[in-house]
Amino acid sequence: MADFLIGLGLPGWLAWSIAALVSAVLLLNVIAGGALVFIWAERKIAARIQDRLGPTRTGGRFGWLQSLADGIKLLAKEDLMPEGADGLLFRLAPYVSFCASFCAFIALPFAFDVVGQRLNVGVFFVVAVLGLEVFGVILAGYASASKWSLFGAMREAAQVVSYEVPLGMCVVVPVMLAGTMDLVTIGEKQAGWMSNWYLFHDPFTFVIFWVYVTCAVASVNRAPFDLAEAESELVAGFHTEYSGLRWSFFFMAEYGSMFLVSALAAVLFLGGWNGPVPVAQLVGLSEGTGDSAAYFVRLLGLANLITKATLGVLLMMWIRWTLPRLRIDQVMTTCLKYCTPIAAVMFAGAMFWQLLLPGGLLPGWSRPAGEIREGWLEGPGGLPTPLPAAAASSESSGLATRSPR
Amino acid sequence: MTGMLAMDISSLTDTVVPALATNFFPTPMLAALPLAAVNWHSVLFLLFAGLACGFAVGVVAADNVVRMALYLVFSLGATAGLFFLAGAEFIGAMQLMIYVGGTLVLLVFGVMLTAQAPLVSIKPSSSDRTLAAVAGASLLALLLTAAFSVDAWMAPGTEVVPAPSATPLGMALIGVRVDTPPPGSPAGGRVGYMLPFEIVSVHLLVVLVGAAYLARAKRRKTPRAIDAVASAMPVEPVTAAPVAAAAPGRTAGGAKSALVGGGR
Repeated sequence: MADFLIGLGLPGWLAWSIAALVSAVLLLNVIAGGALVFIWAERKIAARIQDRLGPTRTGGRFGWLQSLADGIKLLAKEDLMPEGADGLLFRLAPYVSFCASFCAFIALPFAFDVVGQRLNVGVFFVVAVLGLEVFGVILAGYASASKWSLFGAMREAAQVVSYEVPLGMCVVVPVMLAGTMDLVTIGEKQAGWMSNWYLFHDPFTFVIFWVYVTCAVASVNRAPFDLAEAESELVAGFHTEYSGLRWSFFFMAEYGSMFLVSALAAVLFLGGWNGPVPVAQLVGLSEGTGDSAAYFVRLLGLANLITKATLGVLLMMWIRWTLPRLRIDQVMTTCLKYCTPIAAVMFAGAMFWQLLLPGGLLPGWSRPAGEIREGWLEGPGGLPTPLPAAAASSESSGLATRSPR
Repeated sequence: MTGMLAMDISSLTDTVVPALATNFFPTPMLAALPLAAVNWHSVLFLLFAGLACGFAVGVVAADNVVRMALYLVFSLGATAGLFFLAGAEFIGAMQLMIYVGGTLVLLVFGVMLTAQAPLVSIKPSSSDRTLAAVAGASLLALLLTAAFSVDAWMAPGTEVVPAPSATPLGMALIGVRVDTPPPGSPAGGRVGYMLPFEIVSVHLLVVLVGAAYLARAKRRKTPRAIDAVASAMPVEPVTAAPVAAAAPGRTAGGAKSALVGGGR
């Protein structure tokens, strides 16, 4: 994009700034637009699960303008702050939460190379930044000077800090299989038929995917892990004292994180932007065929990834409206006594599977092997040698054009 | 079909784009702006460095523990920004994960220990201030001397280099060096950091097991229901546990404190 603008005759600094701005605004719209759609979907799904109709009137059929009406209502609400609150922290907390959720999107690829900033340590960055969202919640709970808020924030802190352990262990497995932390490469290694997805790589990855789902739901504070805002116990938890636009920032952060962990699950386990059937490759289109073919393939990949992430969010809503809330000791038991040991065993299992059966169970059904790592190859004498820069850069395009099994 | 599309796009870029460029973007005017001459890398460096230093001063100046933690997080986050700016993505993400995340835990403890009165402010005594100022100033003097004794700092470069991969780092940790070793290093520089890595791992494991041992729930025989109820009631408020640890003599009866239980 920046190169294109430089080609238009713009000076470099302006071109880079515009390119960065466009990416940022697009990502912002993923969160904001996504939140609008998902809030409406949540209302409808909740209603259907509870045998109601949900919003039906706003905007004609299906109440599809309900979120917009909600937004206008929130804008018009009075902006309250408790008298004893710490004003600075109280005002800052929603933005901290929102920024953490937004920053994680920077490294998330939406299709091959459609990514805000392709980071070599993409997975690590996303997990690290996602953990910071709880910071805004703690600030909100503390600055509100209300015991309900403080209780909610402390619960959330304990929960998120605990669940980072099994979550990290789940995330490591696809990293190990792909041999890289680069999300774009991880996604591209699952190209081809559905059987290439890491979900179906071996039994251990299949199990660990469900551990990941559990931990992801817990780490974004959705029911049944929504102890931080348990209405029946804590009024509204950490956002008891918030109203209007600030409150809506917390919700945008929550829906943004939901989308983020779902998209991360899609990239890590569900083939990323590669559909269950490699339609584009079957009709002979690939990244290498030409510019317009590459655009088409990426557009298809974008649709794939967003569909998968949306299905993930819908799954979270289904879980939320089906299961009752856990107690704090049950939350901790789930994390420390179930998720962590299961994840550890599955991690070891996936490791041994990769060592002993690198080609999979069925003969002639070989997968993209993990021998191609980024930046280096096996040299003579079994010692890895660094690749020259040209070979390293051509490797990424080589990955893209690999034909399906 | 796709070939035609590609042709269309290429002809578009050949004819329309230069016309657009000359008509809509008066290049000389934009280039005449002084902005083009600015080294943006330096500007961003100064921005992040200024943020880090400013918030570091904020940590010292603030009198509320949560605000201190907040400023510390911002300062450490700006440092992570410096790492990202230098292309050290792995170190930057590490900075976010360990330091910013660690501050989070610090913040939780800060809130738990000071939450009896909401929004308490901490006023250090003047002797503490003097002591801290002396210690800080001497450290600053040391660092400044070290910084100015470097013969030649590298000037900020303008060329864009690809960020180095984290793979050599990971490989070196499990004992294989894939980067170019410095000349004259033993064993051809192919020796990684397997042993230090394992030592640190085992050390951390011991710490984890020890922490779990100290924090475990004490099992005791409770034949009568009344005893079970009595032992379920905390002898002291939970938030006072660290205080109890500081003065173990006072808590001989308060065996509920996990730290005391582990200390025997």
